[in-house]
Amino acid sequence: MVERRPIGTIASHLILIAGIAIVALPLYVGFVGSTLSFDQVTSVPMQLTPGTHLAENYADVLLHGSTKGSKAPVGPMMWNSLVMALCIAFGKIAISMLSAFAIVYFRFPFRRTCFWMIFVTLMLPVEVRILPTYKVVAELGMVDTYAGLTLPLIASATATFLFRQFFLTVPDELAEAARIDGAGPMRFFFGILLPLSRTSIAALFVIMFIYGWNQYLWPLLVTTREDMYTVVIGIKRMVAGGDTLVEWQLVLATAMLALLPPAAVVLVMQRWFVKGLVDTEK
Amino acid sequence: MEKRVVFQSRWLPFALVAPQLAITLVFFFWPASQALYWSMLIQDAFAAKTQFVWFDNFRDLFTDPHYLASFKVTAVFSVLVTVTGLAIALLFAVLADRVIRASKLYQMLLIWPYAVATAVAAVLWVFLLNPTLGILTHVMRALGYDWNYLLNPGQALALIVIAAVWKQISYNFLFFLAGLQSIPRSLIEAAAIDGAGPARRFWTVVFPLLSPTTFFLLVVNVVYAFFDTFAIVDAATSGGPVQATSILVFKVYQDGVQALDLGGSAAQSVVLMAIVIALTVVQFRFIERKVQY
Repeated sequence: MVERRPIGTIASHLILIAGIAIVALPLYVGFVGSTLSFDQVTSVPMQLTPGTHLAENYADVLLHGSTKGSKAPVGPMMWNSLVMALCIAFGKIAISMLSAFAIVYFRFPFRRTCFWMIFVTLMLPVEVRILPTYKVVAELGMVDTYAGLTLPLIASATATFLFRQFFLTVPDELAEAARIDGAGPMRFFFGILLPLSRTSIAALFVIMFIYGWNQYLWPLLVTTREDMYTVVIGIKRMVAGGDTLVEWQLVLATAMLALLPPAAVVLVMQRWFVKGLVDTEK
Repeated sequence: MEKRVVFQSRWLPFALVAPQLAITLVFFFWPASQALYWSMLIQDAFAAKTQFVWFDNFRDLFTDPHYLASFKVTAVFSVLVTVTGLAIALLFAVLADRVIRASKLYQMLLIWPYAVATAVAAVLWVFLLNPTLGILTHVMRALGYDWNYLLNPGQALALIVIAAVWKQISYNFLFFLAGLQSIPRSLIEAAAIDGAGPARRFWTVVFPLLSPTTFFLLVVNVVYAFFDTFAIVDAATSGGPVQATSILVFKVYQDGVQALDLGGSAAQSVVLMAIVIALTVVQFRFIERKVQY
């Protein structure tokens, strides 16, 4: 701040607080809705203070699901989402670290070609090629499997680029010293490069975990059995069960459950999250 | 930039890139080429006969009023999402940057929507704006405004814009804040000494220096509005009423997965691919050049 403007500062705080209130409104109302009984949540206007049915609603969806629309319990869906998010996060980090290592630390024929083949994938999100990708997955017999759910989403270039950028900043002397001491490339990779990349890995993990957990279109296509649904799909199936009597208290409880894990990851790893976000997109 | 020290091995580098290349080939190049090929095929209803028709699918597409309408909806939608999203986030970022002491706290409180899945964001807003139950609907009724997004096309579009902007605000905010904090204080102080007030300083010093961030976010937001908002449309309005919110990605899904029009859907995929590639090329050209006044 250059000059002192107390009125301006107060105004800034007020606008920011109003902004946060608006941003938090859907989350708060959603939470309140998930603690009410069916009659309370469908009365107009709905009360804005939390009710007493929190434990009941959450236990209900986790173990039994809603009674209308999709009847699948949410507990296993949470598990599916977790498996999917973790596979995508670790899968991406593992394969892209290895390929970035090869591209930075080796000279081999077709190095440029490999680089560009990976680079091009940056351009096309799954949404653009859904149907053909689905066909491929179906032909490989991977519909309703974790492999079908995760593998097509692992093919992305962002992580490879982040690691490539990072490896380029690692001093050459380290590799030189490792080589003089007789360490092979893999020894160098696991002994030196991997520990040095800890921050990048943490940052990427947060971004990729959220990306994987929040996937929608792909799981919608690839999962046909209720026991393979992810939470995000489960919510959609509950709402789609006919517009007459959506059990909002259960839908909202599921929504809260669905946003809890990614929110926890963001909160716990906030420092890396901000760094990861700003780094991956540069 | 190249490394001075390299390791020697005939097979190891290939083994290292193999996993990523394999996945890229199987789940990326294969489907993408399939889409290109299918876009030139016509298949009858029972998939018994296919015929190669060159560019007929594309011609049909661009003479189909539904598709052109969907193009228009997508354009309006992405402009609204991008402009409002960026404007609100920039305002918050400027204010948060101003109140240095609490800016970390505000940052923490504003990044939540990023963790929320797009589909969940849509469901939360549908609940707030539900024609019969919604709290905001109730408030609007009390103010004499009739809200029913299930019947009113304009309101349906407004609903998905609100949900999409809400979801994207934290992302834009974080980038703007990082951009603002990287502007050297000395420049702003120099402008202040020369007698420029806050508004003048913002438009002549801060905003131009922020242009790389703004441009980057512009492209990211357009891509977001084009593709990532599928979940919002599908969960909130399903393209209705009367196709008013049927954006291009949603139409690819509808025609391909629900109506099983293989050729038509593939042709739409190809059009979308062309759009993304164009956007990416534009982005890289300008980012390389570092847009600045």
